[in-house]
Amino acid sequence: MRKQLMKGNEAIVKSAILSGCRAFYGYPITPASEITEAAASCMPKTGGVFLQAESEVAAINMLYGASSAGVRCMTASSGPGISLMQEGISYMAGAELPCVIADITRGGPGLGNIAAEQSDYHQVVKGGGHGNYHTIVLAPHSVQEMADLTALAFELADKYRNPVVLLADGFIGQMMEPVEFSDHAVAPRLPAWAVAGTPESRGNLISSIYLGCDELEAHVRKLEAKYRRVEHDEARAEDWNADGAEILLVGYGIVGRILKAVTAEARAFGLNVGLLRPITLYPFPAARFRKFATQARVFAVVEMSNGQMVDDVRLALNGARPVEFLGRAGGNVPTHNEVLALVKKLARQYCPAHEPEEMAHVWRSGS
Amino acid sequence: MSGAVDPDYTVAHSRPKAFYESFERKEELQHQTHYCPGCGHGIVHKMLARAIDELGVQDRTILISPVGCSVFAYYYFDVGNVQAAHGRAPAVGTGIKRSRPGSIVIGYQGDGDLSAIGSAEILHAANRGENITVIFVNNAIYSMTGGQMAPTTLLGQKSTTTPDGRTAEHEGHPLHMSELLATLGAPVYIGRVGLGDNRQIAQATRAIKRAVENQVRGLGFSLVEVLSPCPTIWKMQPVDAQHWVRDVMEKTFPLGVFVDRTNEMQPPAGTNTAPAIGEIPRILGICAGDAGLAGEIPTSQTGELDLRVRVSGFGGQGVLLLGEVLAEAGMDAGLEASWLPSYGPEIRSGTSNCHVRLASSPIDSPLVMNPDVLVAMNEPSLKKFGAGVRSGGWILYNGAMFPPEYVREGVHILARDFTREADAIGDPRAANMVMLGVLLEIAAALPQASIDAALRQCVKQPKWIDLDERALARGRALLREFMERGAA
Amino acid sequence: MDKLKPDRGLLKIDENECKGCGLCVEACPPRAIRIGDRLNHCGYRAAIYTGAGCTGCGICFMACPEPGAITVFRLVDRRTLPVSDSHVPVEGAVPCASN
Ligand SMILES: Cc1ncc(C[n+]2csc(CCOP(=O)(O)OP(=O)(O)O)c2C)c(N)n1
Ligand code: SF4
Ligand code: SF4
Ligand code: SF4
Repeated sequence: MRKQLMKGNEAIVKSAILSGCRAFYGYPITPASEITEAAASCMPKTGGVFLQAESEVAAINMLYGASSAGVRCMTASSGPGISLMQEGISYMAGAELPCVIADITRGGPGLGNIAAEQSDYHQVVKGGGHGNYHTIVLAPHSVQEMADLTALAFELADKYRNPVVLLADGFIGQMMEPVEFSDHAVAPRLPAWAVAGTPESRGNLISSIYLGCDELEAHVRKLEAKYRRVEHDEARAEDWNADGAEILLVGYGIVGRILKAVTAEARAFGLNVGLLRPITLYPFPAARFRKFATQARVFAVVEMSNGQMVDDVRLALNGARPVEFLGRAGGNVPTHNEVLALVKKLARQYCPAHEPEEMAHVWRSGS
Repeated sequence: MSGAVDPDYTVAHSRPKAFYESFERKEELQHQTHYCPGCGHGIVHKMLARAIDELGVQDRTILISPVGCSVFAYYYFDVGNVQAAHGRAPAVGTGIKRSRPGSIVIGYQGDGDLSAIGSAEILHAANRGENITVIFVNNAIYSMTGGQMAPTTLLGQKSTTTPDGRTAEHEGHPLHMSELLATLGAPVYIGRVGLGDNRQIAQATRAIKRAVENQVRGLGFSLVEVLSPCPTIWKMQPVDAQHWVRDVMEKTFPLGVFVDRTNEMQPPAGTNTAPAIGEIPRILGICAGDAGLAGEIPTSQTGELDLRVRVSGFGGQGVLLLGEVLAEAGMDAGLEASWLPSYGPEIRSGTSNCHVRLASSPIDSPLVMNPDVLVAMNEPSLKKFGAGVRSGGWILYNGAMFPPEYVREGVHILARDFTREADAIGDPRAANMVMLGVLLEIAAALPQASIDAALRQCVKQPKWIDLDERALARGRALLREFMERGAA
Repeated sequence: MDKLKPDRGLLKIDENECKGCGLCVEACPPRAIRIGDRLNHCGYRAAIYTGAGCTGCGICFMACPEPGAITVFRLVDRRTLPVSDSHVPVEGAVPCASN
């Protein structure tokens, strides 16, 4: 397949349909509306259902219905809308219904603003709804990953019968980059547990009710066992110049991209810096952190929030290494220079052997 | 059935087949419902089960159980079952029916479920005319939670949250959902029936069958509101509760048919068929075939290329398009490319800018804080981004006079009234492309074939392609003139 | 009971399914049902057929909230039924009188 220059938000929809998604229910919100708009134009052409719901509450419950009927389905929203969907997400996790939810984050709390923030981490990764459940959370950092992780999201959702959230920010959603799709379209299949209005599926029940205490506990234990499998098999992270790095930067989504640039620059200064970028936020790639803890002297977490993922890094490292944090909020992006200054400070503090030198920016052109 | 029956008699009325023989999902007493003696829910269940039997749709039926006393409706109905969150059954039903149009979707809801927490979902499902059936059991109270006020609680009626009786001043009037929904254009059938006596029961049985039948015929949204006794919470004997429905409740909620478009409605003509799976990539506009480069970076340019550009101006000046053509051309030439627009409040205030990077190795950050080239289409852009331009870089400014306060040592400046240049070519709106021409001449890295291909990809109208090509050429010429003058 | 003229209907109440609510008693036009004295296994006084007067109208069946507590039978009219069918009870196919 040839590469195409495409926005992240558009790539999600195309990848979803290639992955067999045939129902999209959504409610407009910046900066996720383009996903809903792209679905409105693509779904009907490919034999799928698109409907603009009356609210995010309705949208997620429409997914509950579509998923009950055995259809691969998705929605897209942002902070305030995801808050409203939490009830439905809890019900879907309880009833073990697969679905994919794209959260293109914006600034909060409340109406906040529509600039890119990463402050939905807690409500998405820790589960903003009630009860003992987890959603699987994938965090793309490029348009190609928007496509690839959407495909993965549908696979994982079906494999584990669980909602999967694609947690991206406004930058990745709005950005255009070359993207390559699979040339193979997945054909929709009807899972055996679905309630599809057929004689074979008449005996099926979709419900999150387990009335007896022991019955519910058994259900919760079963979900737990599933989450342990997810944690064991599905944790993903990218390490970038991380082998032997003394200072390990940590960030996801657009921050991961910024940290890659900073890493390159810092290394040119002679600083031994690497990047560890979680791709799955739940399951959190804790084992990778523990592995690198044997080499790195310090971890520096950078987020576009007041510090949400940093808790998981601390838990993963369990005190083995110091964890520093740099956070920007309100839609401000941590700048190169800010992060570089932190890296230099950490270098002085933790790796006194090195003194950074100045580096020239390299640009060659024909003129 | 046990016990011999006189062979001269034949069964006339017995447990409908749409009920399970034995209620295996129920923990105990698997031949009885969980409802209190005399509860209207049981009667409505029987009417619904009978309608499913008579219409022969048991295999196709999907029942949505609500939250409320009828939460366990799925214990009883031998059909496909889905249990929904409080009030959300119409949304869940929409999700099922839209993807499985052959199924018969029946939403079963209480008055708290439908008229309070789920008021938005029922209103919109009805207004869309979803081809589903809704059975709305109105017992004027929240029964499952122990007797709190519902939107349908009668004036003066006591509940645990209106201990002195409901008043219009404090709690508002009882909500007439059927009348409300009847104002909508889409519903096929909306009626209110009661369980107050034999005549009402007979009427209710017919109405429920009708509401399911409408769906089977593909006619659209039908809803039957059933005034239904709750002897337990009402603290009445079952027979007294039944009479209260007829003698008291009906005064607030008159029975009747509020909408009946059964005869006007036509079942929809054939559903749209899904395309063959192999067709999907093409329908999505996903390009098949190889990389198919239109051009390649000239072989003399074998070194590392890493071009960072920031484009900024007012909305409508073609800022985003300029960046897009550049990124597209870079990708076509086999380079890595990224294009990141500003969005949000910035767009609303009328300014617009984008970051473009082209590189021969993977692009780390798509953000461009220190551009090699800043294309500033107005002075505010200069103010915002001028200081970031790296030493040795360029500022292309749309204005004959470059404001002296932004002059920086080591930064090349090309200031022109590009709008006028574009005007001379034929349209002032092509100023962005003149500036892109300058930029391309500075970068000199992209083959002309890639630029042509990008223009065709991003600009759809032939008239504009021609104009833009001339604008690009004009831009290139402008830079050459500028350099010659500088060299002279 | 007049043995020469059998009742048109016959009622069977499953004592174990009945909750003794009395709605059938109230519903039956010829008053052929009453609440019995015995407690069933749930502790309800179940309804019982008086043994005479049922017309097979089915009104009590629709008034009863329990799915299978009541079964109504109807006298086979031998003049209208083919002989071979006359002794095979037909299940549920006869439309409800109240329908
Ligand atoms: C979100 C939510 N809020 C509140 C409840 C508690 N709740 C359960 S049933 C019910 C009221 C049901 O009343 P109605 O719909 O009239 O049904 P009934 O029990 O009267 O048949 C409420 C408030 C809930 N389950 N979920
Ligand atoms: S509380 Fe009322 S509505 Fe609930 S089961 Fe009992 S009688 Fe029926
Ligand atoms: S079928 Fe009619 S007559 Fe017979 S017991 Fe029932 S209500 Fe009475
Ligand atoms: S209506 Fe049904 S449950 Fe109530 S008394 Fe009669 S047979 Fe029993």
